[in-house]
Formats: sequence, structure tokens, C-alpha cells
Amino acid sequence: MIELDQVSRRFGSMIAVDHVSLTVRQGEVVGFLGPNGAGKTTTMRLATGYLAPTTGRARIDGIDVIDRPVAARRRFGYLPEGAPLYPEMSPRGLLRFAGAVRGITRRAARRAIDRVAERAGLSAVLDRPIGTLSKGFKRRTALAAALLHQPPALILDEPTDGLDPNQKHQVRQLIGELAPSTAILISTHLLEEVETVCTRAVVIADGSVVADETPAELANRLPDGRLDEVFRLLTSGDAAHGAAA
Amino acid sequence: MRTVRAILLRELTGYFATPVAYVFIVLFLVLIGWLTFEVGGLLARDQADLQAFFPFHPWVFLLLVPAVSMRLWAEERRQGTLELLMTLPVAPWQAVLGKFLAAWIFMAVALALTGPVWATVAYLGDPDHGAIATGYLGSLLLAGAYLAIGAAVSAATANQVIAFVVTAAVCFAMTATGLPLATAVVADWGPRGLVDAVSAFSFLTRYEGLMRGVVSLPDVVFFLSTMATALYVNVLIVAGRPGA
Repeated sequence: MIELDQVSRRFGSMIAVDHVSLTVRQGEVVGFLGPNGAGKTTTMRLATGYLAPTTGRARIDGIDVIDRPVAARRRFGYLPEGAPLYPEMSPRGLLRFAGAVRGITRRAARRAIDRVAERAGLSAVLDRPIGTLSKGFKRRTALAAALLHQPPALILDEPTDGLDPNQKHQVRQLIGELAPSTAILISTHLLEEVETVCTRAVVIADGSVVADETPAELANRLPDGRLDEVFRLLTSGDAAHGAAA
Repeated sequence: MRTVRAILLRELTGYFATPVAYVFIVLFLVLIGWLTFEVGGLLARDQADLQAFFPFHPWVFLLLVPAVSMRLWAEERRQGTLELLMTLPVAPWQAVLGKFLAAWIFMAVALALTGPVWATVAYLGDPDHGAIATGYLGSLLLAGAYLAIGAAVSAATANQVIAFVVTAAVCFAMTATGLPLATAVVADWGPRGLVDAVSAFSFLTRYEGLMRGVVSLPDVVFFLSTMATALYVNVLIVAGRPGA
């Protein structure tokens, strides 16, 4: 379970995230939506404990990510924004490293690597330097690293960004397969993604949550039922423009 | 310790996966070889010791160690991989120790490759091997102290050039305070005790004892506690401003 309890984060005088509360239970796929600069990535970082909140608490499986960071980090897999990776390593090397740090034995790690490599469609490039891989493979390598230890919670910052339509489909299918046993929070600005994979949509604008409901409920806010119109209505207030983070 | 080992191995293989390590080692060996044989006149001295070899280490390290330490954290910040590393179940001290030990082992490998210099004097004469081993110990401790300072500086910036320059400057200051020139400046106006204090905090003063083959516990403790202090600062920096 992923829990954000009234978390805020300031950078100097700017409030990037303002009293955001959010709960993702096992079996839920929550789509975190918002225009660029609305505070999506900052919120994801607060959920993982990579950033400390100015006020509020974030918990994974009931464990506070600031008070007990290492214990909390064992319980989630995280795909950071832009999928940063060590360019000189191979996907296999990276996955081995993640396995070693997570205390997975060598034999178990070998099996886990085969499993996530197949699921993420990485098998063909496992031993090539990450620096030479396409954006899509890099993203899937980072995704595989997040899945390696079969965590009860997944926090994925734009998991399908930079993927082609087939790869997007594959990743969404994978998220769907993991959903029953996992609490999944994904950030995206693709509305179709919300409609296809998410059980709930949370819309954020200018650091605050402006909607938290099922995609169908969200769409029904307007008579024509178009999600993109609803999104624009919710997020294009004057306040939503100036922010950046 | 398993986590520290995993980080250490990742770092160490990272060095050798790029040309950086090889360029560094070749540069180090050429520079130290030239200084020892040409400037120090190892052979012309006609003495079976390495007093033409060890005195150059503090100055060669001043140039090369910051080049190794600058990337330790600054590179992670620049690439964004710090976010990957610090959202794995890794405590800051484990990451700091793993990275430092990898860099220190790398320096030890570079130092070990100067073995032929030792072999040369051993072949030509009958040197005091204990004194030479002590010299190597001093050199390794000195490199460790420079590295620990460099690692802490690197953690404070995402810019490797800044990390290099600041590390070189700090290490130079900590070394040069042992030069007669520096102690003379203090002696002009300061009391005798201050002169000794300045000199006692110098890497050079501490290193010179070991270089001559004298293992004194205070000198070894000085280097180890310098490393511990710098690494502690490094942990504070990493724990304090991860995402900033």
C-alpha cells in the first residue's frame, strides 16, 4: 500500500506540492495525471522518500519512508523520471547489482533476471552496454529493475514515455498483470493510458489534487464524456500555469 | 556489508569499463617514473632506497586523486542515477563506504603497478624492504585521505570541474602547511605552539615520517581519522540533500 498523508514540499518560496493525500491499495492502479510542472515528479519522489516532505508523511506498507528509509525501500520498486541508468553497465549487470543490493541470492537473482527480462522484453539486449540502447530499451531496463524483487508497491514515473505504440501496449499489459498483487502508482500525461490501465485517476494541478475518482466518473463530469476536455477544464486555471517542478 | 560490497564491485567494474582507468594508470606511471628516474635521479643517487620515489607522491596525488574522486558523486548527480541508487535499500553510509573503498582499491592497484621501481633497487642493491613497505603504506594512507576529502567535495556538487578544483585546493592547503615556507610564515608572528600545530595538521609532515620508514601510530591514526571525518561529512551531505 502506498500512502501520502497531507504531504507538502517547498523549494525556497515556491510550493511544488501542497497538502497532497493519496492512498493506493493492493489491486489498484492509480494514474497520477497533471500538466507538466504540476508537481507529479515531486510527488513521486516524496512517495519514495527520495525527497523529504516539508510537512506530512509518506508510507509504504505502513512504513514511514523518512523514518525507516531502508525498510521502506525494500517494499517498493521505483522507476524514476527519465529512467536514469549507468551507461557503462549492461542491463544484466544493472539487474545483478539491484539484486545484490536487495539481498537476493545469486541463484534466485539469475531466475529473477530471466523473469523480468522476458516480461520487459529485454532478453535480446541483456548484455549490451546501456549507453548504446534505444530510449525504449533503457526505459524497460529501469522498469525491469523496479520489478526484480516482486515488490508489493510500484511507483512508476511515466513508464511508457518514449516507447512506440507496441511497446506501450506491452508495458500496459504488464501493469495489468501485476495489478492484482500490487499497489501501483503511475504518473502520466497520456489520457488514453488512464482509460486503459487505471482503476482510479488522481488529477493534480499547481501542486494540489483537484480530482480523485474512477476514470469513468472523471469523464462523466462533462456531458460529452471526453476525458481530454475534463482534464483541460480541471488543470487550465491561471494558477496551473506559473508552476514548475 | 553485502550492500557495501555490491556498491564497491559496481564502482570498480565501472572504472575498468571505460578508458578512464587505463588513462589514469598510464599517466600516473609515466609521471611517477619520470619524476623518480629523471628528477629524483634514482640511479644516479647510487643508494638502495626509494627516497627518490616517495617524496613526489603528495604532489602527483594532488593532480591525479581529485581526478578520481571528482566523479564519485558528481557524476551520479549529473546522470540522475543518484535517484536510482538512493531509492534502492541502501543507507547513505553504505553508499559512501562502498564508493570510497572502490576508489581506494583503484589507487592501491595504481600504486602496486609501481612495483618495478622497488624491484629495480632490490636488483641493484640491498634496500631496507621494511622501510619501503612503510613508504607504500604512507602513500596509500595519503591517497586515502585525499580521496575521502575529494569524495565529500564531490557529493556537494553536480559539477566535476568544481569538484576537481576544490579538492585539489583543499588537499594542497592540507599538504603545503608542512612545507618550511608555510611554517616560516606562521613562525614570523605566531608562538612556537601554533607553528607545531599547523605542521602537525599537515599531510606532508605526517607522510614524511612514514616515507622514511618510521611507522608511528599517531601518523597512521591521523590519516585514518582524517578519512573517517571526511567520510562522515560525505554521509551527512548525501543524507541531507539527496534530491536537491
